Amino acid sequence: MSVKQHTAATGNGHGHGNRDHGHHELPFWRKYIFSVDHKVIGIQYAVTALVFLFFGFSLMMMMRWQLAYPGQPLPLIGNLLGETAMPGGVMAPEFYNQLGAMHGTIMVFMGVVPLAVGGFGNFVVPLQIGAPDMAFPRLNMASYWVFLPGCIAMVASFFLPGGAAQSGWTSYPPLADIAPTGQTMWLFAMVLIITSSLLGSINFIVTIVQMRAKGLSFWRLPFFVHAQLVTAFLLLLAFPPLEAASVMQIMDRVAGTSFFLPTGLVVSGEPLKVAGGGNPLLWQHLFWFLAHPEVYVLILPAMGIVAEVIANNTRKPLWGYRLLVYSVVSLGFMSFVVWAHHMFMTGMGTTMSTFFQITTMIISIPSVVILTCFIMSLYGGNIRFTTPMLFATAFLPMFAIGGLTGLPLGLTASDIYLHDTFYVIGHFHYVVAPGTLFALFAGVYYWYPKATGRQLNEKLGKVHFWLSFVAINFVFMPMFFQGMAGLSRRLYDPTVYAHGRGVQALNVLISWGAWGLGLAQLFFVVNFFLSLKKGARVAENPWNATTLEWAAPSPPGHGNFITEPVVYREPYEYSVPGKSNDYSPQFRAEG
Amino acid sequence: MSETVIPYMVKPHPVTGIPNGKFGIWLFLASEVMLFGALFSSYVLIRTGMPHWPPEGGLSSEVLNVPLATLNTAVLITSSITMVLAWASCKMGSLPRFRLWMGATIALAFVFLVVKYFEYSHKFHLGHTPSHDNFYAVYFTMTGLHGLHIVGGIIVNGYLLGPGTKLWAKDPEHFTNRVENAGLYWHFVDLVWIFLFPSLYLL
Repeated sequence: MSVKQHTAATGNGHGHGNRDHGHHELPFWRKYIFSVDHKVIGIQYAVTALVFLFFGFSLMMMMRWQLAYPGQPLPLIGNLLGETAMPGGVMAPEFYNQLGAMHGTIMVFMGVVPLAVGGFGNFVVPLQIGAPDMAFPRLNMASYWVFLPGCIAMVASFFLPGGAAQSGWTSYPPLADIAPTGQTMWLFAMVLIITSSLLGSINFIVTIVQMRAKGLSFWRLPFFVHAQLVTAFLLLLAFPPLEAASVMQIMDRVAGTSFFLPTGLVVSGEPLKVAGGGNPLLWQHLFWFLAHPEVYVLILPAMGIVAEVIANNTRKPLWGYRLLVYSVVSLGFMSFVVWAHHMFMTGMGTTMSTFFQITTMIISIPSVVILTCFIMSLYGGNIRFTTPMLFATAFLPMFAIGGLTGLPLGLTASDIYLHDTFYVIGHFHYVVAPGTLFALFAGVYYWYPKATGRQLNEKLGKVHFWLSFVAINFVFMPMFFQGMAGLSRRLYDPTVYAHGRGVQALNVLISWGAWGLGLAQLFFVVNFFLSLKKGARVAENPWNATTLEWAAPSPPGHGNFITEPVVYREPYEYSVPGKSNDYSPQFRAEG
Repeated sequence: MSETVIPYMVKPHPVTGIPNGKFGIWLFLASEVMLFGALFSSYVLIRTGMPHWPPEGGLSSEVLNVPLATLNTAVLITSSITMVLAWASCKMGSLPRFRLWMGATIALAFVFLVVKYFEYSHKFHLGHTPSHDNFYAVYFTMTGLHGLHIVGGIIVNGYLLGPGTKLWAKDPEHFTNRVENAGLYWHFVDLVWIFLFPSLYLL
């Protein structure tokens, strides 16, 4: 990974007016490994996250074999994974559970969030607000170097006796309390990852509030920065309860306490020798108090990226900029009071259910407002269908499908039927995979020139987009039908039930879709590395954009800007009547 | 580390009125409120789900050592005062007096931990480990996490008393700000104890 950053940054020195010109060079390990520069840290986060996204996806591609062809030996790699995990090349049920738990954990906590917040947040936010760096550069470095050991511990848990965590990414007790050692490792790794995002979120809030360039008032901030600010508050306030819950689960597992273990628990016919008196629902409340805001941690930065890309490629101001900001702030507030809609089936009582059902319906309003603003922004625009724009445009219907299919899950009556079926899997993957991940890809294509000084190849990019777009719908669309047929989400072998056999053909279709999606990503991987060397060189502002990051050199040197930027206008002044250019950058006094 | 100058590292921001560090520490404390808030809520939930508290009968104040905890409360409150005096000494420009008061703060923190050690070892001696029942689970988890925060405070304050003092010669205002931030954290740790003491020992 560090090798890659080295390459990413060798594009650095050539030609562009870097600020560290003439200053003494830092040693390699201070510049690229233990760096305090927000851009290097951002790239470190982004590359680590992309690697883990691919790793997490690979776990799922293995599971898809078992789902499509239950009990058949996995070709090629089946015999490589050992007799415990894959006796005779056939996936063991315990191993299937490990893959499922780790897929969720890796994708959410080590993939999407680090890319959206650690990667894009670190790289773009200081540039967009005209700051020389984050407010606490060393804290920023610490945040990455707490995150990485957490990730390594998480992945290393596969090698423990009994394997990795296997209680789902939600780690519900009492099963998680009595699971093999991998679960303890999961908890410790989570504490590290939580600490890292805590350090990061403090840094973001202070940076955005204290370090904006001259003239950059809150109403002149790009929407991406607003989204990151709200996200940082969610991380700051929602993660600590999970940290508390993790500490309690560690105590349950290591010190033998009974926080989450009720009295009279019987495991495999034997009464469990614990004091009892605990409450498994307590974990669910604490977990979802984090994990629902977490959903918005996943989606808000993605919305921010989509806003930037859409404004830039429609050559129009964003429609309803202030409305977007109000909506994102209200999403942030509301996300703290909807958590128990994940728990309608726990028997927590109808009053509670009613409350959370109402708040859930309310929170869909700002989401719809945001989506409507984006669609209105497209209207009448002279759209440039660049690769980032393709991904950003595809985000809109994909996120809409994900959002709308969530409504039946937020209503208690329909949730009784749909809860914990493949319908749920389809719903949240539409939000996170073709939703958030497509937006993140849009961000990679959009800001890659800023980070490396070179453009990603458009042809490969378009192939990547179209293949991904088609394949991903083959993966997630059939899940709605499986779910409505009643297929449960955590089945090792769906054909053991009659209602599962009816929709088994869809499982085969989904699996081939998933493997196709995996192949489509190879175009991205090739493009990513090829363009580091061969990509077309770009100047400061290849997209003719208006926001501040495009005032800095590509790639920006240490300290970012050559002259201190001053902001003269609102963020998205495209196609201003009477101006010769179709864009009026924030950083230019004359339009 | 190099030529990048971060604005408002030392001087307050004209709009928010505080420098970066102080803003950061307040945000950190907000997240700490959520951490301990979650623990206190869990305590309430677990306790209200039990027919008796402590489950073995009796009263919390009989099972736990109230005199020692009262002593510890006094120790922590005193250490908060010495912390303020350490900061005030910096403000008045006297490093020797800062050393005196900061040293006292750290010493008092150690006193707190020693008292806690005696409390813990007595409980273990009686076989009242965290796994004994949820009363002790709550007691050890919450006071243990608080104890870790005390240790963290000792490390931060120890740094400011030892190697951190070098900053005083270069930039006394920056150093004073750091002492103030450490103080804010220390008062928070103190405040957590003020909540822990009655809710665990007395109620």
